[in-house]
Amino acid sequence: MIEIKDLHKSYQMGSNSLHVLKGIDFNVQKGELVSIMGSSGSGKSTLLNIIGILDEADQGTYTLDNTLIKNLNEKVAAEYRNKFLGFIFQSFNLINYKNAIDNVSLPLYYQGVARKERSEKALHYLEKVGLADWATHLPNELSGGQKQRVAIARALASDPKVLLADEPTGALDTKTSYEVMELIQNINDEGKTILIVTHEPDIAQMTKRIVDLKDGLIINDTYIEPVIANAHV
Amino acid sequence: MFDIERWEEIFEAISKNKLRTFLTGLSVGSGIFILIILLAVADGMKNGTKKQFERDIATKISFWTASTSKEYKGFNINRWISFKNNDYNYVTDQYKDEIEYKTTDFRNWGARAIYKDKNGSYQFRGVMPDMLFVTNATLNAGRFISERDISNNAKVVAIGIRVAKDLFTDYTKAVGEDIKINNIKFKVIGVFTDAGGERANSMLYSPLPIVAQLYNRPRDVGSFDFTLQPEDDYNLALQKSEKFAEQVKTYLQKKHHVHPDDLKAIRFYNAVDGNKDLYMLNLGMKVFFWGIGILTLIAGIVGVSNIMLIIVKERTKEIGIRKALGAQPKSIVKMILHESIFVTSISGGIGLIFALALLALVGPKIETDFILNPNVEFGVAIITVLLLIIAGAVAGYIPARHASKIKPIIALRDE
Repeated sequence: MIEIKDLHKSYQMGSNSLHVLKGIDFNVQKGELVSIMGSSGSGKSTLLNIIGILDEADQGTYTLDNTLIKNLNEKVAAEYRNKFLGFIFQSFNLINYKNAIDNVSLPLYYQGVARKERSEKALHYLEKVGLADWATHLPNELSGGQKQRVAIARALASDPKVLLADEPTGALDTKTSYEVMELIQNINDEGKTILIVTHEPDIAQMTKRIVDLKDGLIINDTYIEPVIANAHV
Repeated sequence: MFDIERWEEIFEAISKNKLRTFLTGLSVGSGIFILIILLAVADGMKNGTKKQFERDIATKISFWTASTSKEYKGFNINRWISFKNNDYNYVTDQYKDEIEYKTTDFRNWGARAIYKDKNGSYQFRGVMPDMLFVTNATLNAGRFISERDISNNAKVVAIGIRVAKDLFTDYTKAVGEDIKINNIKFKVIGVFTDAGGERANSMLYSPLPIVAQLYNRPRDVGSFDFTLQPEDDYNLALQKSEKFAEQVKTYLQKKHHVHPDDLKAIRFYNAVDGNKDLYMLNLGMKVFFWGIGILTLIAGIVGVSNIMLIIVKERTKEIGIRKALGAQPKSIVKMILHESIFVTSISGGIGLIFALALLALVGPKIETDFILNPNVEFGVAIITVLLLIIAGAVAGYIPARHASKIKPIIALRDE
C-alpha cells in the first residue's frame, strides 16, 4: 500500500538547513496497523505529513497504492488526499460552526456527492463510531473523546485507502484514549490500513507494528501482538 | 453558474457565523451609508453655496429699448422703438435650447391697490412665470404665476412682501384674498421676497397677457430678460452669452428697422461679462467636492479591504482543514469570494437604502443657507456601491488566493 525508498527532507531554518529525514525506507501492506514512535524532533510528524501528501520530500520516492506521489500540483494533491487518505488530528480539527453530521460529510462534499447521499453516508459512519444520537450537535457540545470519534468518522467518510492519525490520543485522558484506540482497532479489523504517530508506548502497544524513529532514521521496526484496547476500557 | 451546493455551504457559513457576518455587514453597510450621506452633503453644500452667490442672477442678459439716434431706411431719428409680443416669441423659440429662464413684461407705473380700508401705490407689471427665477425672488407664501395663469388669462397677482405688509399686516393672510388694482379685482396667489430691496418688494406681478389686455395694448411688451443654460467654464459661458446677445440684438435691429450702428435704440446688458469670479468659484467647488467624493470612496475601499483580510486570516485554520479533506484551491477561493460578495452586496444594499431613505426624509427639511436639497444621483449611488463590492472582492481575492495556497500542514499546526 505504501512504499517509501530513501526519503530525505530538510527544512530551511534561517541560514541553517535542518536535515529532518535522512533516508527512510519503509513499506506498509494493506490492512496493517502501524505506529510510528519517536521523541519530538525525530521526524515522525514530517514523515506522516509526507505520507499524507501535506508535504513533499526533497529526495527519494513515495508510492501510494501504486501511484507515484511526486511533483503534484495543488489540484492533484487535493484530489489524492480526498481519494486516498483520511486524517485524524491531535486537536480534532473539526469545523466549529458545522454540526457533527456536516463535519463528517465534508470530504464527500468535495467529492461532489449529492447532499442526500452525503447525509446518509455521514450518518452511517457516525453510527459506526457510536455517535448517531449526536449528529446535530456542534463540536463545542461534545466531549474530547466524542470530537475525536466524529473526526474518525469524517476520516472514514470518503472510504480512503489509508487512515493517518497524528497523536490521535494526545489531547485525551487515558480512558478516553483507550476507547478511541478500541475504535481504531475495530476499523483496522475491517481491513483498513492505519498509521498512527504517537509518543505514548501504551498506545503503540495497541498496534500491530511499531516503527521507532530517531534523528531522521528508522532504528527499530517490529511486529507485535497488539494489546486489545477493549480489555482496558 | 448556480451551484446549489455551494449556496448551501455559504448560507451555512453565514448563518452559523452570525457575529462575523453581522460585523462585516455592519462595517460595509455603514461604510456605504456614510459614503452616500457625505456625497449628498457635499452636493447640498454645492447647491447651497451656488444659491448664496446667485442672489443677483449673475448670468442675466437683458434687452430694452429707447428712441433711435440715427436715421435709417427713411425712418426719422428719435423714433420710439417698442418690442412686440412676436419678437419675444421668435427669440424664445429660436434659442429654446440655449435659454434656461426667460421673461418679458408689461409695465404700468404707479397702480393703486386696495384691500378693505387699506391702500397703496405700487408698480404693476405683467410678467411671465420665470420672472421669479430671473429676479431671484423667494416665495414666502402661496405660489408664483404659472403657465396656466398665462393661458387662462387669470386675474391673479403675486405681491411683494412690502405690499403684503402694507395691505394685510400679516402677510400669511394675503393668499386667497381679493384686492383691487386700479379698481379691477385680482386674487392674491403668492407673496415673495426679492433680494433687490424695498423697490423690488413693492411690486405687483400679474400674468403678462391680462395686464397688456387691460391696458388695451395686447402686442406691446417691455424689456426681455434671459438666462442661458449654465456652463462650468467661464470663457465658454462668456463666449456663448456674447454670441447670443449680439445675434438677438442684430435680429431685433433688423426687425425694427434700426441702424446697425445705433447704440441707443436697442440695448442689452450681459451680466456674464465681468462675473469671472463666480464661475471660478463654481468650478473650484466642483473640483473640491469631487475630491471629497473620491477620497471618501478610497477610505471606503480601504475599510472593506481590511475586513476581507481579517476574515480570511481568521479562516486560515478552516481552510487548512478543508484542504486536508480534499478541497481544491479553486474551491477555497470561490467559497471565500462568493461569501464576501454576497455579504457585501446585501449589506451594501441595505446601507444604500437607509442612506437614501434618510436623505428623502430629512433632506428637504434642512433649513440652512449652506446646505440645500442634499441629494445623490441614483446612478452615482449604485456605481459607488458596485465599486465597493468589487473592491471588497479584489481585496478578498488576494488573501483568499494566498490562503488557498498555504500548505494545510502550516494552517493546521497547533500553536
